[in-house]
Amino acid sequence: MDTLIGIINYVVFFAITAGTYGVLALGLNIQWGYTGLFNIGIAGFYAVGAYAAALVSGPPPSVWDGRICGGFELPFIVGLLAAAIVCGIIAFLIGIPTLRLRSDYLAIATIGIAETIRLVLKNESWLTNGVWGLQQIPSPFYDPIHGGIREFLSNNPDLPGWIHGLFSKAYNWFYLFLVLAILFVLYLIVERLVHSPWGRVLKAIREDEDAVAMSGKNTFSFKLQALVLGAMIMGIGGGLYAYYARFISPASFKPLYGTFLVWVMLILGGSGNNRGAILGSFVVWGIWAGTDFLTGYFPFSATQAASLRVIIIGVLLEVILLWRPQGLLQRERKPSKTL
Amino acid sequence: MDILSRIPQLLVYGVISGSILSLGGIGVSLTYSILGFSNFAYGDVMALGAYIALGLFTLFVSWSIPNIPLGPLSFGFGFILAAIFAIGLTAVAVVLIDRILFKRLRHYSSVILMMSSIGVALALRNILQFFWGPQPHYYIERIQIATVIPGLGIRIKPDQVFIVLVTIVLVVLVHAFLKYTKMGKAMRATADNNALARVTGINTNRVIVWTWVIGGALAATAGILAGIENKFITPELGWQMLLSIFAAVVLGGIGNPYGAIVGGMVIGIAEEVSTAFIPTGYKPAVAFIIMILMLLVKPTGLLGKRR
Repeated sequence: MDTLIGIINYVVFFAITAGTYGVLALGLNIQWGYTGLFNIGIAGFYAVGAYAAALVSGPPPSVWDGRICGGFELPFIVGLLAAAIVCGIIAFLIGIPTLRLRSDYLAIATIGIAETIRLVLKNESWLTNGVWGLQQIPSPFYDPIHGGIREFLSNNPDLPGWIHGLFSKAYNWFYLFLVLAILFVLYLIVERLVHSPWGRVLKAIREDEDAVAMSGKNTFSFKLQALVLGAMIMGIGGGLYAYYARFISPASFKPLYGTFLVWVMLILGGSGNNRGAILGSFVVWGIWAGTDFLTGYFPFSATQAASLRVIIIGVLLEVILLWRPQGLLQRERKPSKTL
Repeated sequence: MDILSRIPQLLVYGVISGSILSLGGIGVSLTYSILGFSNFAYGDVMALGAYIALGLFTLFVSWSIPNIPLGPLSFGFGFILAAIFAIGLTAVAVVLIDRILFKRLRHYSSVILMMSSIGVALALRNILQFFWGPQPHYYIERIQIATVIPGLGIRIKPDQVFIVLVTIVLVVLVHAFLKYTKMGKAMRATADNNALARVTGINTNRVIVWTWVIGGALAATAGILAGIENKFITPELGWQMLLSIFAAVVLGGIGNPYGAIVGGMVIGIAEEVSTAFIPTGYKPAVAFIIMILMLLVKPTGLLGKRR
């Protein structure tokens, strides 16, 4: 019974993380899957989203903190909005010099901004508390839900042990519901957008930008909108992470690994297909978590096991690119339902 | 010591790190101009070269190949031998990666190749980390005392002079190769117009192999020189320099090897001089900001052609 409860608790934890990655993959899908923008600074947007949410919702600086501002204790939803807005502004600023140029420039610039963000998080203690990170980020409705369950369990000590075991982490169920609900809402929004005339322009840019420009569309403006929108969704993903983890520091955002995982998720799931993006995030997170168990059976040190996992994901990416570049779910063939 | 008096010294450091960035930049630029994609695995190929050299040197020591000292340099003949073999092996490894991967993806858009190169980058780095661990490995164990140039008060080590000299020699060699050899001319023609080059009978597949050989060799050299300069190497060695190298390439004009030299020097000097004014940790950000400014002013770079 205890193993079963352990498995259930793990599955919930797993699904929360996979759902958060699903949000990131949806954001990337707008940029890459629909518009063909090559953003490899996802980890940067993810981190900015998490920090923005934490600074908006977290407690004011304590006497031990190096930071001197932030901590407005505002509600969850305000934090997510702030995360989206800050990420959108950064994407806007990065898009202006690069989106008129070849995709290589956007790639280099996004990796540059991700690296710069990492340096700022580490060095600008007045804002980010440096390497010590931000603590005590309040999970939404944590006190009523967790406290209520706690009180219920302590009032009923005669209930069987497995109920205690199962319900002691019931807050995670609520958070999972929250993540999946936000993922679903974002999915509906993105689906609606990409099937609108606006979305058709994005897809046309992906296929042949010059032709779109010839037909009188301002492709730069459309690309900028797609970049900003995708980054805003990534920011929400970062916020969801911060509220769940309750503690974030620069070490939580490994520069390239986060970006890379999201890319593999989208490409494996099927870029240009929102269901594919979400499916890919669950499958790849499953593989990533699975390799954690697998490498445990071999006599490797912890760092060797970690390296091996990244190598496996790297090889997986190359295998997909070589043999199934369209991913698990193909993009829709028809550009519009009326055609 | 006030800030201004440090600047001559920082300029010298800038030229040294600029040399390494230039070598890397030439390689990135060549692969970009022939193959049409930004190779994000380049930094990790640099690290690969540095680690192969370290591995070979350890092997040579165990075979008791004599490590005859070379004048004032902190490394001996055995190390140079290991470095030369490592440069060759890295070139072979890069050609193999092309055969297994990039060659089969070449018919897709350049973005897919870029994506694939990121996969290669992470795999390479983690292979190094798997075998050598993430901790730094000492590259050069001998401590070298810097010589003070009289009158200017600039301190410089013999190793650093070596780095700059190797860079100059390699730049001249690459220039001569591109300018005077048949393969070099074929490479420039392919870079200019791939289809036209093929029509005129240039074997573009051979050109591509040569591009990888030169790119891989330059990467390995840059990685080894970075190891000599830093005294230790980590699997992240190349990745940490990659952003500066890309900034150098964009600054000089992407796809132009001569621009990469100019860009490398500018970025190297700017990064070092910036440490007089802002925290050292921001070096990569300085490169990045210079690159963004260049993109805003003239996206084709300092030496780039107008489109």
